[in-house]
Amino acid sequence: MNRTLLRKTYDRLMTLVFCLFALLLTAVIGAVAAYLIKNGASALSWEFLTEAPRDGMLAGGILTPLVGTMQLVLVSMGVALPVGIMTGLYFAEYARDTWLVRLMRISIRSLAGVPSVIFGLFGLSLFVVFMRFGSCLLSAGLTLACLSLPLVVTVAEQAFLAVPQDYRDASYALGATKYQTIIKVVLPSAASTIITGAILAVGRVAGETAPIMFTGAAYFAPDIAKSLFSQVMALPYHIYVLATSATDPEAAAPIEYGAILVLIGLVMGTSAVGVIARARLAERNGR
Amino acid sequence: MSALTKTAEAEAFGGKGDRIMSRAVLCVAATGIVILIFILGFLVANGLPVLRSVSLRELFFSAEWYPAEEPPALGMAALIAGTLAATLLSSVIAIPAALALALFTAEIAPSRLRNFFKVMLEMLGFLPSIVLGFIGMMLVAPWMQDSLNIASGLNLLNASLLLGFLIIPVVASLSDEALAAVPRELRDASYALGATRIETIQKVVVPGALPGIIASVLLGVMRALGETMVVLMAAGGAAIIPTLLTEPVRPLTSTIAAEMGETPVGSVHYHALFFAGLILLVMTLMINLASLYIEKRGVRR
Repeated sequence: MNRTLLRKTYDRLMTLVFCLFALLLTAVIGAVAAYLIKNGASALSWEFLTEAPRDGMLAGGILTPLVGTMQLVLVSMGVALPVGIMTGLYFAEYARDTWLVRLMRISIRSLAGVPSVIFGLFGLSLFVVFMRFGSCLLSAGLTLACLSLPLVVTVAEQAFLAVPQDYRDASYALGATKYQTIIKVVLPSAASTIITGAILAVGRVAGETAPIMFTGAAYFAPDIAKSLFSQVMALPYHIYVLATSATDPEAAAPIEYGAILVLIGLVMGTSAVGVIARARLAERNGR
Repeated sequence: MSALTKTAEAEAFGGKGDRIMSRAVLCVAATGIVILIFILGFLVANGLPVLRSVSLRELFFSAEWYPAEEPPALGMAALIAGTLAATLLSSVIAIPAALALALFTAEIAPSRLRNFFKVMLEMLGFLPSIVLGFIGMMLVAPWMQDSLNIASGLNLLNASLLLGFLIIPVVASLSDEALAAVPRELRDASYALGATRIETIQKVVVPGALPGIIASVLLGVMRALGETMVVLMAAGGAAIIPTLLTEPVRPLTSTIAAEMGETPVGSVHYHALFFAGLILLVMTLMINLASLYIEKRGVRR
């Protein structure tokens, strides 16, 4: 009888410990978020978003880095989405279990684990030096495209696999070829899932710093980049520069906190759309 | 290669259009392999030339890292020690917490709360590392300086705490999936024998999910090993072999990020930084493949 009581108490106690852990983590996240909002909220204004940095980046807004980050997202997604979606299509619709397919899967998985700073070295040696693009928007965008490829491939493959086999069978039964089935049936039904996945990749790319530090991010640029071959300011790198080498740390602090809030809003906002949409989808598919 | 073209042709029963499509898709899908080979190739091609001026022995066993001097001293022992110390310490901090969290979400929390935590963890996984580095500099460092009464809050402990925070979502959400994949029947059988929830977790669920849990832990360690911005901003950046938690370190990643911008292309220092990248790449690839292997073996069993 005593032993049963002991076991039950132990059970309750451990359950409580686990609950406390979860609560503690939530509290820490909440506290840090509150701290950032408290320090950054006063810097936020419409002017902060629409003015370029001035006076040695100690005054003005964050327009140039914000637009630069969007340009980097555009360039990288312009490359990563077509390539990643087609790779996902291949894995889901064409691939058999051959050595080549296994090698392709291992490569994608390995790429997902390559540290971001290594992508920076790779982009520097391939795009900047070897292909002579120089340090510019194009080099940085292509580097980010390589970095985000595994994520795009994974979400695209899941999206194609989620299309019910019946749809394909029905299309084949009508005499359609595989090509017609993919273009007219599989792609349209997977499109919305792929878009939510693409949004996740946008969030990942917008927050990366290390890969662009030596492939195209500018310490300071007076204007928004007008060509693929000019350097761009990027929001994460701008924050890094301000935090580590501002001439007047006191004056730079409000801008840093404001920029951090904008970056978090941008990245968390986009990934929230992707994450929640995918969670809903998983629930609907009964998992 | 010929076996592969045959399968592709067998798939394409609709004539020319189909064959062109399947080949085009295959070619694009091979991009992943090409990128990986290029990364390896460019790192080797730019990293190995450093051996013309420095011996392997000096690279790995000398702690003298003075790359800007003439002649440069390029011993990476302190950098490697910094990487290992930060990775180890952050894993020690984060993995127990992450596993406790995974057990909470998978085994204890009601399904609504579980969904909330899953979404939160997945979103935390997307938090840019610069944000954590910034918090380390602006919030943790001053606090550590005051409360521990030390010269600088930018040190090994600070960086490891934030690295730990970075890998908790990775390990917790992957472990949660491994735990959730353990069949319901096994739990029911254990309860039917009169076991309590904790006993069921200890003796049935965790052993069943162990391969997946180990794989997720390895992926978390890999993340900590390769993380750059957090250690660049919060670790202090002194190239010494740490003996105390409150000493600054300079891991391989932050060395590359801090020094690559000012190094002339083709110099010995440039090649040395690529060699540092090669060391990192080999370590992360090995951990990644090990986790893949454990995952696969677990599934087969």
